Amino acid sequence: MSTTTAAIPYEAGLARADGPAMPRGVARLRWAVADTLTITKRNLIAYTRIPESLFFSTLQPIMFVLLFRYVFGGAIHPPLGLTYIDFLMAGIFIQSVGFGGIGTAVGLSEDLQKGLIERFRALPMARSAVLAGRTTADLVRNVFVLLLMTGVGALVGFNFPNGAPGFIAACALSLFFAYALLWGFAVIGLAASNSETAQVMAFPILFPLIFASPAFVPLTSMPGWLRWFATNQPIGAVINAMRSLMLGAKYVPGSTSGHVLVALAWCVGLLLVFAPLAVWRYRRIS
Amino acid sequence: MTNAIEAHDLKKTFGGEVRALDGVSFAVEEGTIFGLLGPNGAGKTTAVRILTTILSPDSGTGLVLGYDVVAQADRVRTLIGLAGQYAAVDENLTGRENLTMVGRLNHLARDVVAKRETELLEQFGLTDASDRPVKTYSGGMRRRLDVAAALVARPKVLFLDEPTSGLDPHSRVDVWGMIDRLVGEGTSVLLTTQYLEEADTLARDIAVVDHGRVIAEGTPAQLKADLGATVLDVGLPDAELARQVAGLLGSVGAKSPTVVGTIVELPVDDGPRVAMEVLRLLDQHGLVPTTFRIREPSLDDVFMALTGKRTEADDEDETTSIPTDGKRRRRRAPAAAGASMDGGPR
Repeated sequence: MSTTTAAIPYEAGLARADGPAMPRGVARLRWAVADTLTITKRNLIAYTRIPESLFFSTLQPIMFVLLFRYVFGGAIHPPLGLTYIDFLMAGIFIQSVGFGGIGTAVGLSEDLQKGLIERFRALPMARSAVLAGRTTADLVRNVFVLLLMTGVGALVGFNFPNGAPGFIAACALSLFFAYALLWGFAVIGLAASNSETAQVMAFPILFPLIFASPAFVPLTSMPGWLRWFATNQPIGAVINAMRSLMLGAKYVPGSTSGHVLVALAWCVGLLLVFAPLAVWRYRRIS
Repeated sequence: MTNAIEAHDLKKTFGGEVRALDGVSFAVEEGTIFGLLGPNGAGKTTAVRILTTILSPDSGTGLVLGYDVVAQADRVRTLIGLAGQYAAVDENLTGRENLTMVGRLNHLARDVVAKRETELLEQFGLTDASDRPVKTYSGGMRRRLDVAAALVARPKVLFLDEPTSGLDPHSRVDVWGMIDRLVGEGTSVLLTTQYLEEADTLARDIAVVDHGRVIAEGTPAQLKADLGATVLDVGLPDAELARQVAGLLGSVGAKSPTVVGTIVELPVDDGPRVAMEVLRLLDQHGLVPTTFRIREPSLDDVFMALTGKRTEADDEDETTSIPTDGKRRRRRAPAAAGASMDGGPR
């Protein structure tokens, strides 16, 4: 068999130095932002075309508000004469953005499975854009979900007990928390071998955190150990801070600033753990 | 002369055990199509993934237009296009949106992307489907879109990883025509394939890979010359008769025949003449073949000629395995010209 391998003109490892270079500094940052926006847009378009995610982003949150308001609400008695819908809003926000995060895990693992991430990795785009674009899209989706739930909540009796500033601050806090949580879901999505596994992995982590919390019921009926867990786990801490902000300090024992600080510490802590972990996972995909 | 792609002694082991590449070297001259030919699991895709910066080699060097695929990965990515065997397009986006996304991620200006995608959609016969989500596309349409996406930024070097696996013959010929046109425009192409016919039709040079090594290199003509231009298949009622007939036909063809199950395969240079001779010989011995045909050599035949053994891709096909010469061999799937060893995804 004859060999036709052409003469090899380059020393191995001694490659050319000219040619189109990637930009550096500010220009490179601009690329990274542009790439992130491109991926964000792609994910947002996809959300409007996948019936499941459309359902989870629109009908399901509305159904939950109505379910708790009219079906369970009457049997649950919030402290200090609060109406149940006022009590509910913080909890149901976190429940919605939390379970919505499963979509982040599923979406990323699908991208991996279908070879899209391979394509991205061979493109001259910012390495960070796939994860940043995914989490940004999910943040945008969460803003939409909160607006929708606020609208429905207002229709069924939620009346902003602590005024607009407190409510907006509470929403901002829940979005920040959701964003930190999304990076955790990104880790799961990248670690799972397929999207079904991603879903199965994400659900049991989220479920106890959301339901063993003050999200839907006052803690007074829970046994002591559970009450301790519900108060001190991250979702409990964030919900307490949100209630303190959107309902008023008197409804949650302790100062608003104290609750908010604890909640922010959780958000920052989760972000500091999960974001590098997700980036690390992404880099070592093979 | 510049080489579009060079692989120097690439090695890659997965999980400490599976050796995907065991020292692969080859060079692709600019403006030519180079075919990496081999069965599933030979290491073709691993080589492509290393050369497209997706994967780092354990050792060895890859160069694309002279740029190192590890140390200068950023530069390499501005020069290449990749279309994979998975048809990596976003099925929730429309065809046009997919191309826009890839164009924007290549940092092309909006108007440039818009013009280019219209051009490509037209060229790939996707204009009518351009505003439909890809999930409504057929397999062939997805594959065409995948290749179109690889071309948005007018890459100088194009990697096509099994661009036609799983496609029907008609779509396959479409894709071939399109690859051929590209090279006319100066693009260099590295093509991986399991189909000898595909490599034969498209590639100027071929490297045959098996178990992570290049086991042969040359032009398609050189490879086939080593093999005989065509293969004569003579089917017989049973394996014992097949072995007897193989002995009978020992000196008739270009090479000695091989027996696969009940079929005698005879590589020949001059098919029709040898066919007559074979029939005459069979007749003299009162034998009637159950099947008789002249066909193009397949990848399996190349492997047989090179390694003396079959490819291992059709291991699943237990039902057709028939013990011969004391060891079990497997009958190849019906081998029309260029038949696949295994069309399924890896």
